[in-house]
Amino acid sequence: MVDTIITQGQTDVIGAMDNSEIDNPAEVESKAITHRDARDTVGEPFSKDPRMTCRNVNVFYGEKQAIHDVSLDIGANEVIAMIGPSGCGKSTFLRCLNRMNDTVDSCRVEGNIHMNNDDIYNKSMDVVLLRARVGMVFQKPNPFPKSIYDNIAYGPRIHGLTKNKVELDEVVESSLKRAGLWTEVKDRLDQPGTGLSGGQQQRLCIARAIAVSPDVILMDEPCSALDPIATAHIEDLIDELRQNFTIAIVTHSMQQAARVSQRTAYFHLGYLIEVGQTDQVFTNPKHQLTEDYITGRFG
Amino acid sequence: MQLTTLLFVLLLLSSLAYYFGRKRAVSVSGGEVKDLHSRPGYYGFYTVLWCLLPSLLVFSSWLAMEGQIVTQLVVQDLPEQIRTLPDSQLSLVINDIKNTANGSIVSGKVNSDIEAAVSHYKSLYNTSRAALAVLVLLVAIIGLSISLKKISPSQRARNAVENILKYLLIACSTIAIFTTIGIVLSVLFEAIRFFQMIPPIDFLFGLNWSPQTAIRADQVGSSGSFGAIPLFTGTMLISFIALLVAVPIGLMAAIYLSEYANSKVRAVVKPLLEVLAGIPTVVYGFFAALTVAPLFREFGTSWGLEISSESALVTGLVMGVMIIPFVSSLSDDVINAVPQAMRDGSYGLGATQSETIRRVIIPAALPGIVGGVLLAASRAIGETMIVVMAAGLAANLTANPLEAVTTVTVQIVTLLVGDQEFDSAKTLAAFALGLMLFVTTLFLNVIALHVVRKYREQYE
Repeated sequence: MVDTIITQGQTDVIGAMDNSEIDNPAEVESKAITHRDARDTVGEPFSKDPRMTCRNVNVFYGEKQAIHDVSLDIGANEVIAMIGPSGCGKSTFLRCLNRMNDTVDSCRVEGNIHMNNDDIYNKSMDVVLLRARVGMVFQKPNPFPKSIYDNIAYGPRIHGLTKNKVELDEVVESSLKRAGLWTEVKDRLDQPGTGLSGGQQQRLCIARAIAVSPDVILMDEPCSALDPIATAHIEDLIDELRQNFTIAIVTHSMQQAARVSQRTAYFHLGYLIEVGQTDQVFTNPKHQLTEDYITGRFG
Repeated sequence: MQLTTLLFVLLLLSSLAYYFGRKRAVSVSGGEVKDLHSRPGYYGFYTVLWCLLPSLLVFSSWLAMEGQIVTQLVVQDLPEQIRTLPDSQLSLVINDIKNTANGSIVSGKVNSDIEAAVSHYKSLYNTSRAALAVLVLLVAIIGLSISLKKISPSQRARNAVENILKYLLIACSTIAIFTTIGIVLSVLFEAIRFFQMIPPIDFLFGLNWSPQTAIRADQVGSSGSFGAIPLFTGTMLISFIALLVAVPIGLMAAIYLSEYANSKVRAVVKPLLEVLAGIPTVVYGFFAALTVAPLFREFGTSWGLEISSESALVTGLVMGVMIIPFVSSLSDDVINAVPQAMRDGSYGLGATQSETIRRVIIPAALPGIVGGVLLAASRAIGETMIVVMAAGLAANLTANPLEAVTTVTVQIVTLLVGDQEFDSAKTLAAFALGLMLFVTTLFLNVIALHVVRKYREQYE
């Protein structure tokens, strides 16, 4: 059953944009979702100015398929939010974008993901350079047990981005400033990063990602371990970072998705159900599942 | 009554106690077992503990004091001229009496005084054993009947058993501590006797080790000098070489196992590596002495180097192989304890695997690794069998690993093997060396524990 769906999906996904089969959400059964219902994405998965393009992405953990045939563009200098109930594959999809799934032995990724016309799953792709261009911020703040300065300097040092100590100092200072952390830590750069508060640690991790000047920053529920005030800080920061970076953020909080993103993608059981402008997805969802989720009927 | 028979009877009594306790609990409940506070088995255990513990306590304390009291009584009844002998001769006489009573060899002729004492000793001894049997069984039966009487439906036998078990566990855990204290004291007192003969300064800072002391005043060439420095430098040299082998190899093996190897390889390689720790050290010893040492000597000759057949190098190398599992196993554990989030963070910034290991994982795991290395070091310092077989006996003060050196443990063994007189500095020197060795390894262990504990706090 699943196999046939995949092959079908691969053939007609390109036409998913102007899909007219499911334009009346009322006709879709809201309960028991079948694979048939979820196969085609509703809305606008493609972008006019894409930074990353994903086509027919399937992800398997061993025998189990976690992502079914997802096609999605991530536009330049936009914040795209990925929402959906737990286990819907949004984090797995995010981790495909910088090949973090390579570190999981049983994980297998099929399909095409391009970044600026480079196939990132091509054998000639340098994963290390890819991850420098696609930075990542994790769910739990994970500063290295080093000083604040060394945390930020880690990326520039391993990539040899600076010629001397003066340049490195500048990179550290500007990264911390852009992460809104400079005034709080400028007098204690030599103290361990693990000694900061949770919110500060997460901003430190964002500064650490910024320090290698990536094109895209992936954020995997960056505020889920933080209190509301720290969360507000990070959300403001995400809005500012949009000037210079493309951001893909996975979040469990629909309010957060509505506040920080321009586009929203709704995932369900490994399928990409609906993509659209954030306003439209939250005020006028086209798919019944999306509506059920954002109105809190499940998830 | 024989002690084993007594213990057997006691055991029988306690199994009866279980049966009676259980039965009594059921009968006081009037058939309604659910009205009892605890399940009937707990009442049984409660009765057993009351029956067994006090009687065993009496049993062991009686045996502990019996010897002294009986000896005292025998001495009191000895004739005046024997009783007033000097202490050392008196103890010889007492030994003779005991040996005769047990049918062993005695030092001299057995005269009538001694014979009288022997029969006195025997009778006292028999009375004591009979009294012990009566007393122990009496205590057991009293304990049994008191606890049987106390059984009632509201009695909290379950909680009582829990409490008694707790104290039993505490007692068991203190045995290790008391043993350590006992070992330290036994070594300490002999070492103090040694230091009364040889000044500690001469021992600690002397550069010459030659423990042969003259037995007669006119003996030649056996002045006896007890400078421990050559022994400790030998020990340090061999341990240093061993660590030079074990730390890099063990650490890299640990890194491979925890970071690179997949679960199948890990499941095979890790136990195989730990087999190294299970090889008897005496096997390592003849491997070093008979296989590796000749190999190195021939190799050295072909390069024009003179390698002693008992070189520190060979001994250190083989000992290094032996302690690889200590380093690798402990390092593997601490590297695995570094949170995956650290690795993700580093990979997410575009670091390669080896960069991540070098710059994030090793620094994060370093305190634990240092702890493992220190434990391996104290193992290397205290190692005896390999060095006895493969290292030399000559106390050379040298830092050249190609020469033969001797170690503290080798000297302790040679000093104590065979018949020794316990009033000479030569024999007592072994205890002084043992004390020093103990202090050294204890010091290393304390540092290691401290470092490991500090590391644990980091991720809590």
